Amino acid sequence: MKIVVVDYGAGNVYSVLSAIRRLGYQAVVSGEAAVIRSADRVIFPGVGQASAAMKKIQQRGIDKLLPQLEIPVLGICLGMQLMCIDTEEDKTSGLGIFPLSVKKFRDVEKVPHMGWNTIGGMQTALFKGVREGERMYFVHSYYVPDNAFCIARCEYGGTFAAAIAKDNFYGCQFHPEKSSQAGERILGNFINQLF
Amino acid sequence: MLAKRIIPCLDVMNGRTVKGVHFLNLKDAGDIVELGKKYSEEGADELVFLDITASSDKRKTVLEWVERVAAEINIPFTVGGGIASEKDVEALLGKGADKISVNSSVLKDPDLINRLAYSFGKQCIVVAIDAKEEGGSWVVYRKGGRERTARELFSWAREVEERGGGEILFTSMNHDGTHRGFACEALARLEEKAGIPIIASGGAGRAEDFYRVFQYGKVEAALAAGIFHYGEISIKEVKEYLRKKGIEVR
Repeated sequence: MKIVVVDYGAGNVYSVLSAIRRLGYQAVVSGEAAVIRSADRVIFPGVGQASAAMKKIQQRGIDKLLPQLEIPVLGICLGMQLMCIDTEEDKTSGLGIFPLSVKKFRDVEKVPHMGWNTIGGMQTALFKGVREGERMYFVHSYYVPDNAFCIARCEYGGTFAAAIAKDNFYGCQFHPEKSSQAGERILGNFINQLF
Repeated sequence: MLAKRIIPCLDVMNGRTVKGVHFLNLKDAGDIVELGKKYSEEGADELVFLDITASSDKRKTVLEWVERVAAEINIPFTVGGGIASEKDVEALLGKGADKISVNSSVLKDPDLINRLAYSFGKQCIVVAIDAKEEGGSWVVYRKGGRERTARELFSWAREVEERGGGEILFTSMNHDGTHRGFACEALARLEEKAGIPIIASGGAGRAEDFYRVFQYGKVEAALAAGIFHYGEISIKEVKEYLRKKGIEVR
């Protein structure tokens, strides 16, 4: 099992790597097309700012490569948002894998939405063994509204996408690598349960 | 609905967890990795690591300790102590910290908050404030409570938020280590004015104190150290109590 965590020089991949190691696997961190193409699983992490991240992705040619992949790909947090068409954050264009737009939280008490919130309506093997209403760790100021690609939903000033899926592409808004045992189960499912 | 967060704190000196009363008389409270792992498994919602001996010549050792703890936990991890630049933050994030906590350095150079928020995002920046109530006014202290400043808690908290702080970790020096409950009144006043989460610290002694700080202090999160280290009460017991009282917890 070759797991590659996409490195585009933005964001902290330490906790994703630790979580994968605790599951008994080793992951490679790489931004090289050849390495990413040869993977069995690709994790596309992201923290920080959308436009800066997207610029780095384009500089490394990952924007062309990622949408062509046919193996399971998991975008986490900003990684998931960048798999959409565009985001309100600095009016940035994304990779366009999901025909969705990312919005800014408005009319909520506090931004970012930070902490442990419940998810529900889970679908696909990604959530195998994860119970309805399980809490995941979120930290984000932008969100993907409820849509037809949702495989899990969350509430914060309204319903939004906690996770989305299309073909071999998966995205989760929460951080599975920071979400205790339930989060590790989701990462484990991504590695073991998807084909 | 977001759960109220229970956050154990490791005050770290020479690679060991320590705890004192009113910031003084430090006693050994256990191994950092063992405690961190235990709390993570027991249902802690976040872990705070505060290096209380931080000095520039020891930065490298501190990074090693941070990495050892980060490798073992699967919950958000905040690290503080002696952080004075973007470079310090970058090094800590590279070793597994998710957020960093600043205190003395931003009292000296408040613009550092703006710079850190710009470089790493505000969700990453926790600003810790230690304050003591003196004659009806809350005076801010720095250097681990050793140095009095001219600042007042509520105006400083507002400035912290305006400059881009992501969360405020407020420790009442009057309550710290006393086990008599949190500074609920001051916390409620902070919370009411703030658009960012407030973490309460100082004074936890019983499960009921956590109930009171969420119910009356209105905060999003509560931090404690001593009572968890010495096994007086477990995080699980605190959460069971809160759940029974109708407070949302994980």
